[in-house]
Parts: sequence; structure tokens; C-alpha cells
Amino acid sequence: MISPETSARAPFAHKHLLGIEDLAPDEIVALIDRAEAQIEVSRQVEKKRTVLRGRTQINLFFEASTRTQSSFEIAGKRLGADVMNMSVASSSVKKGETLIDTATTLNAMHPDILVVRHHAAGAVHLLARKVSCSVVNAGDGAHEHPTQALLDALTIRRHKGTIRGLTVAICGDVAHSRVARSNIIALNALGARVRVIGPSTLMPRGIERLGVDVFTDMRRGLADCDIVMMLRLQRERMAGAFVPSVREYFHFWGLDQEKLGHAKPDALVMHPGPMNRGVEIDPEVADGPQSLIAEQVEMGVAVRMAVLETLAEHLPNA
Amino acid sequence: MSISEASSFRGRRGDDRPLVIAGARIVDPSRDLDAVGTVVVVDGRIAAAGPDALNQGVPDGAEVVDGAGRLVLPGLVDARVFVSEPGHEYRETFASASRAAAAGGVTTMITMPDTDPVIDDPALVDFVMRRARDTAVVRVHPMAALTRGCLGQEMVEIGLLQDAGAVAFTDGRRSVASAATMRRALTYARDFGALIAHHVEDSTLAGSGVVNEGEFATRLGLPGIPREAETIMLERDMRLVALTRGRYHAAQVSTADSVEILRAAKGRGLDVTAAVSIAHLTLNELDIGTYRSFLKLSPPLRAEDDRRAVIEGLADGTIDFVVSSHDPQDVETKRHPFAESADGAVGLETLLAAALRLVHNGEIGWSTLVAALSTRPAARLGLEGGTLKPGAPADLIVVDPQVSWVLDRAALLSRSKNTPFEDARFEGRVLRTLVAGRTVHAYR
Repeated sequence: MISPETSARAPFAHKHLLGIEDLAPDEIVALIDRAEAQIEVSRQVEKKRTVLRGRTQINLFFEASTRTQSSFEIAGKRLGADVMNMSVASSSVKKGETLIDTATTLNAMHPDILVVRHHAAGAVHLLARKVSCSVVNAGDGAHEHPTQALLDALTIRRHKGTIRGLTVAICGDVAHSRVARSNIIALNALGARVRVIGPSTLMPRGIERLGVDVFTDMRRGLADCDIVMMLRLQRERMAGAFVPSVREYFHFWGLDQEKLGHAKPDALVMHPGPMNRGVEIDPEVADGPQSLIAEQVEMGVAVRMAVLETLAEHLPNA
Repeated sequence: MSISEASSFRGRRGDDRPLVIAGARIVDPSRDLDAVGTVVVVDGRIAAAGPDALNQGVPDGAEVVDGAGRLVLPGLVDARVFVSEPGHEYRETFASASRAAAAGGVTTMITMPDTDPVIDDPALVDFVMRRARDTAVVRVHPMAALTRGCLGQEMVEIGLLQDAGAVAFTDGRRSVASAATMRRALTYARDFGALIAHHVEDSTLAGSGVVNEGEFATRLGLPGIPREAETIMLERDMRLVALTRGRYHAAQVSTADSVEILRAAKGRGLDVTAAVSIAHLTLNELDIGTYRSFLKLSPPLRAEDDRRAVIEGLADGTIDFVVSSHDPQDVETKRHPFAESADGAVGLETLLAAALRLVHNGEIGWSTLVAALSTRPAARLGLEGGTLKPGAPADLIVVDPQVSWVLDRAALLSRSKNTPFEDARFEGRVLRTLVAGRTVHAYR
């Protein structure tokens, strides 16, 4: 089961991928390296591989998701796994006990890999303790979304050659963003300087202790940045609770061509999607020459293939 | 951003001749100046003000006024004025309020947003500034609402409103009951350096009260408002300011304990200021007498001990400025049994005259008074007035500190006559008011 491009690497010492915070820098690099090698697979006519043949992958999504769920599904299928999608309406789930019941039920079906998204921070960890298979965190509350950080790192590295020494700005609703947390940890581990930019109402207390410089003024924060990562602003945050209105948010924190002009001339723009055009990002920028948004989706499949393959190699019956 | 061009003002005297006021006592706390000297006004700005102002000689064609026995002060900046326009123009308009202001020595009015409609949208700030520019004889800077509709729930577009010209954010007569809303507003406003002004009253504790809680209320048989309605809200706000490091202004305080709370907060380095209304400085609950509804205010007039503590707070700088809290109410809202009457009193025209009582009594000095009525509010709100330094706009007043007069309610320029000083005797009045060098009020 050992493919030639991974044979030289150190063993991956984890059963699950629950968060970037559990990974050492060289483990992050190893996953990105392996993903790099998967990109070509998806670009060929024959996309099918066999490393997960016979394996069962269940995508358990307690929170609606289009792109992450389909990305994991495609990744599993291209590696030859049998993939099953379980979308659980969050209204029918009653927190801890039912979650554990769900885990017990699924465990009895002997899956090999469980990909889980849940609206509550820590829910994926709880589930991982109750099942015997490998668990991949596809997003838990405002905690972590490790494969997003890996695909972002891969995308950046492909364009900038390295991540070390780059200045990366993460902009917008940091308080409610798992993407921000995973990226802050990953980018710091890989040697980038990380900034967060947004209104103070969307900055969680103590964020500066996570290794970021905090800015509230978009233009000042973007100065000399190599990478501008925009975060999605959820609709329910827009009506006066955290920010007063969409138009005020866009005016002061929405990324348009003028604000982007304060970053480096070769700065690149990223967004984890789905975008709110005209809220956090101007369509002109989203579709412009500095945008990597479409490429992020492609890298998402490669990164998830690398993660699934790596975990499968370390399953007890591998 | 603001209506600062001299041409915007409908001065009573349309000429632009230089003006020289000679031999007057000049009090200008912005420069620590209190001396007899000369004030020279050229092209709507202060050319010189002080003992050496005539070093350059009298400008050609100047009007020269003998200032002997008079004072020249920077024009007053009144940080709490309810105008009633838009919505209740029969009570007061920008035009009528501004004439009352000019007569009282007020050259800048800071207007409150709880009108009808509430000033909670950039287009409405723009409306206020245009109406004021077209109809008012003094400067007008609006405060915008802090929450939409002043309902205490959703915060307004602080950034866009500030860009439109709002100088601070407040819900006017209303308090923000939710600590979470106030916390977010302070946090968000800080990103823009915006000031939040708050009416400090816990409305659940104030309940149906209409006067200060205590013996006097009990004798009158009226429901009382405990001092704690103010101090609990003020304490809460101090904690939130410490948490958020926001910029905060207590719109009005009235109790001795409030002064202590502010003193402690300032001692901890919080970015906090506070104002007291002229009524709370010069009147106490006993002045209500037999249910005089013109003295029904929010917060209520307190006991004499509170009044004395508030004066002390003003004298030592714990309380930063004095406001008129000018609140025009008409017969329909005031000629009711006390408890059913609206709160509020007019105060623009009597602001300086009433405040001079404190000076004549020796309770505060001229410099403290002028700082509280002009220099400090201008500085706190980021306005260029409040000073007589060369180059500043010539917003100034000439005051005769000795002339005695009795207030005739019917002679008030305000459209509403609900003054708490009916038939009161005053010593000292404003002889002449200049805004951007133009005379907008002249006595007799």
C-alpha cells in the first residue's frame, strides 16, 4: 500500500485529523507535499486510484455544506473508497447524547474513515473518542477546519514558492471563523507573519495571544501584505448585533480594488467560500487577476485525497 | 464636514468690518488666559486676543467697542440640546432654538437625535446639517442615535454617520438597557474613535417615579426615583468602558455618588467625561414647590447635598461640562398634573445667566465656568470652537457680569416657554454674540 512518492517520509503519528493544532510543522509540510502529488491525478482523464479500495468512508455532516462535503466525496471516490453521505438535519440532533448514539450506530457499521462537520466546537473530538475508525474534522463550530488551512497553504505555496516570510492578512469575522483559527496556527507554523483585520466586535478576546497582529483599519492592515484572505460574514451577524449593516461593513471592511491597492502589487486574494459578493468582497476583486478563489477549490480535492490516504495508511488493519 | 463658513450664518449685521473690543476682561481657558486686554476680529477669525493684541495696531475700518467692565469669552458650546425639528416644529425649530441660543451666549448647539424621525441614518444627519445651515444663526452639530430608532437593540452605522458629520452617538433621553448592546457599541465605536454619550438611568429602577426619592417625594405623595437608578447604570458603564477601552460621556449626572464613581473611573485612566445640567447645578428638589411641572426633569432634581457635591465635582474637574439640556415642551405636554407631565425644561437663553450664580456665590471661578461651558465640550467633541486663540473662528460673547434682570417667560425667544426660572432674578447677561465674526445677537 505504500506509494513511491511517500515512501521516504516519517510516519504520521495520528489516528485522526482533528485540528492543525495537533500537527507538527513537518507533518503539515508532509501533507502539503503529498497533496501536491495528488493534483495531477485529478487533471487526468483516468482519475481513479486504488489506495482506498475496499475502504468505507462516511461523510457525516450535521451542518449543511456543499463544497466541503462534495470535495471529500470526490477525494474518497478518486482513491477508490466506498463513500456514503449522511446529512443530518441539525434540528433533529439533540447535542451530546444523540451525537454519541449516532457514533455508536455508525461504528457498528465498521467504517474506516469518518468525515465529520458539526456546528458545536469540540463535537468532532467527542465523536472521535467513541468510534474505532479514523475521524477527519471537516469543521467544528468556530474551532478548526484543518483541511481548509492545508489547502490554503498548498495554494499559497504553489504561487509564492514558500510560505516562510510572507505576510498574510485574514480579514473579517475572525470571532466566528474556524477557518481563521486553523489558518492562524498553520501559517504561523510554516513561518508566515499573520495579521487579522476587522471590526473589534468580530475579534475574539485574546486573539493577539495566538500569534497575530490585530488591525481594525483595513487599509493599514493590508499594507505590505502578500496574501489577503477574506472570511465569510454570516447573514445573522450583519443586522446591528456585531456590525450595523451590510453597506457599512462593505464600506469599511469589504475588499475592493482600492483597498487591495494597499497590499503589495503582487498580493493574492483568497476566500474559503461561499462568497457574499458585495458584503465582504467586491465581485471585481473576486473574479480579478489576483484572485485564487477558484484554484482553492481544486487544491481542496488534492489536500483531502492526501489526508485520506495518509490516515488510511495508518489504520490498524492496513 | 461642518458648516464653518462665515457665509452660512444669517448674521443680524451683514458687514464684514474688523471688530476691536478694547479694555475687556478676557477669559480663555484654552490658553490659561484671564486678563484685561483687547480682542481683534478680522475676516471672521480671531486675529488677536490678549493684553498685547493691539501690537499690530487697529485694523483699517474697524468697529471699535469699549469693553471696560465687560468680559469677552469664547462662545458657549452646549452639548445637550433637544430641538424638536424634525417632528415637533411647533415646539422648536433650528431657527427658533438658534435665536434662543444666540441670546444666551451659545454659539454651538449639539443637537440630540431622538426626534421624529430619529436621526439614525446618514441621510438624516445630512438633513439636520442642511436645515441648520439654512435656518440657524449659530453652529449646529448633530449627535446621531446610538441604536436604530433609539430602541436600544441594533447599533447604527457609526462609521457612515460619523463621515456624514455626527459628532457623537447617543440615544438622547433613553438609556441602553442591554449591557451586551452597550458593550458592542463601545467596542465598535472605538474602531472609529467615536464618542458615546449615555443618559445614565436604569429605567426599571426609575419605574414610574417622577421626583427624587425621599422625604420630599413622600410629602408630595409622588413616586420617587432612587439615586441608584443613576449610579447603577453609571457603575455598569464604567465597567464596560474598562472592558472595551471605549470613549464615553455621561450625558448628565445628578447625584453625589455619581461624582464619586466618575472620580474613581478617571483615577483608573478611563476615557470618560460627564456633564451636569444647569438646572441640577442651580436648583434642588425643593424648588419644585407645589407641583411646578416645569421643574419636572430627567434625571429629577435632587437634594441640596447632591447639588453641592455636583458643584464640587465641577470645581475639581471631575465633571467636565455644563449643558442646558434645553428641552422644549409645549402646554399640551406640561400643563398636566405633575406626574403626568413630560420631563424637560428650556435652558439655552438662561444658560450663562444661571451659571453666573455659581460665580457670584464664589462656588466656582470664571475660568472653570468657561472651561465647562465652552473649552472642554469643544475639545471633547473635536470642534474647533471653545477658544480665543489667534486663527480660531470668531465665536465669542461679550458679557456684562453685573446687570440685574428678571426673567420674563413671555420674552423668551424659544417657541416653548417651559423655563424653570420663571420670574427668577439674574445678575449678568450676554450683550453681544458673534459667530464666525458676525453678530447674531445684540442686547437692546
